[in-house]
Amino acid sequence: MTSQVSMIPAEPGELTYTADEMMTVAAARALRDGMTCFVGIGLPSAAANLARATHAPGLVLIYESGAIGAKPTELPLSIGDGMLAETADAVVSVPEIFNYWLQPGRIDVGFLSAAQIDKFGNINTTVIGRDYENPTVRLPGSGGAPEIAASCREVIVVVRQSARSFVERVDFVTSVGYGSGPGDRQRLGLTGAGPKKIITDLGVLEPDPVTLEFTLTGLYPGVSAAAAKERTGWDLAVASEPEIIPGPGPAELDALRNLQRSTG
Amino acid sequence: MRTSVLMAIAKAVSFCVIEQNWSEMAEIVSLAEAVERTIHDGDAVAMEGFTHLIPFAAGHEVIRQRRRDLTLIRMTPDLIYDQLIGAGCARRLIFSWGGNPGVGSLHRFRDAVEHSWPAALEIEEHSHAGMANRYVAGASGLPFAVLRGYNGTGLETLNAGHEAAPTIKPITCPFTGETLTAVAAIRPDAAVIHAQRADRSGNVQFWGIAGVQKEAVLASQRSVVTVEEIVESLDPRPGAVVLPSWTVSYVAHVPGGAHPSYALGYSARDNDYYVAWDAIGRDRDAFGRWLEECVYAVPAGQL
Repeated sequence: MTSQVSMIPAEPGELTYTADEMMTVAAARALRDGMTCFVGIGLPSAAANLARATHAPGLVLIYESGAIGAKPTELPLSIGDGMLAETADAVVSVPEIFNYWLQPGRIDVGFLSAAQIDKFGNINTTVIGRDYENPTVRLPGSGGAPEIAASCREVIVVVRQSARSFVERVDFVTSVGYGSGPGDRQRLGLTGAGPKKIITDLGVLEPDPVTLEFTLTGLYPGVSAAAAKERTGWDLAVASEPEIIPGPGPAELDALRNLQRSTG
Repeated sequence: MRTSVLMAIAKAVSFCVIEQNWSEMAEIVSLAEAVERTIHDGDAVAMEGFTHLIPFAAGHEVIRQRRRDLTLIRMTPDLIYDQLIGAGCARRLIFSWGGNPGVGSLHRFRDAVEHSWPAALEIEEHSHAGMANRYVAGASGLPFAVLRGYNGTGLETLNAGHEAAPTIKPITCPFTGETLTAVAAIRPDAAVIHAQRADRSGNVQFWGIAGVQKEAVLASQRSVVTVEEIVESLDPRPGAVVLPSWTVSYVAHVPGGAHPSYALGYSARDNDYYVAWDAIGRDRDAFGRWLEECVYAVPAGQL
């Protein structure tokens, strides 16, 4: 599943790693030990499990299948692999995970991915094309994401960046970020604070404190702001001095590769 | 005279009252018989199991019995509905996440939505929270459930455009005045689930990831439960869901009936199968060959 194509050029003696590995490591670092985290499958699950295997052993992983406090030793393929239930602190029904655990705002961070995302962090995983009845591409749909995006205290999105997937306005709003700008979340009665970071294979975007438009605030070693702008479908604003995010350390890379190896 | 009045009243209130005949015990029958008696052309059928305990063998039997025009209800259509849709059993799909978990698309589902192959497929789409609550309402004998959800999403807008049969509507809390979201109950004709065990009286027990199977069975008029094993009596197991015999219509002994999904304690999820399905589901001819070899040519209850 992981793209092994784009290797980050390394100085002699430095570690080599892929852009996907860098993204997963950066996403893992965004999670603090002891947090509760509602985990989507794919990139978010890899990052959350990496965090638990490295700096955040007390991270509480919650999967929409009802597994609370899952401690998988390898990456699950689905949100309902047996290992999640067998290692969880508690396993509850699907109505319960959404009604008792997610809805009241008990969960610190929702960790999501996207097929399409726009400058206000709205996510589309439903259809590509503006005509819902006759879509260009039929995507899987909502799953748990709309309520994760609404009710977690905050949201982090992990997604590969391209001009096709980073768009001015999503074709379909599956999960609300900041809607069409400031005040929308309050008006809609969404209890969580919304997306705080979009972590990509190039760097990190964060919402502008005033306009809430996602702005490039961090870049990985060797990636230019121009490259990030090129792979964004809107006119991406760049922070005056984007942070250069340190590359993966040996312990992070080892842990990630061990997790991925054990998945087969 | 009195009977017809009573029947008229019964019909009038049938929107709110579960029509199951609760007094009868479940019958233990063959899978073919269970499906034949429970699922008819045009029925609304919920085959549930959230990644775990998906009733694949029963799904294949529905394909073999060539049921048509079904309304298929399921939170995650998964491979089981990809197969039923590709086989031409479905007219309508009510769902909340239609992907191959961790792998990618459900190509038969996409082919039906994008190209109406093998037939056009109407879809009614929800979020997981919405679907779960719709089952809860159905199981509770209520016409709707309340949640915080859908606000600002395309599904809310889309649904408002469906004047004929909206299933998402705003509702005002009578105590606080807050605006919340109401979702219409799901009341399937039939529910189909897979469980670890039943006893000889037809009491059903399952554990691990329990999904919405209890709600789906209690919301439905009829039900089929396939099980890994039938035992003399069920020993108590902490955290297990028990469906008493009088809540179930038919039990069929189908070991391995959840494959390539799994039954905790009996089998592991066949992740390789999910990965391999991508190539089969992607191609109409490959799917047709799979259907012939792995469903039509196979006796009921074998996978």
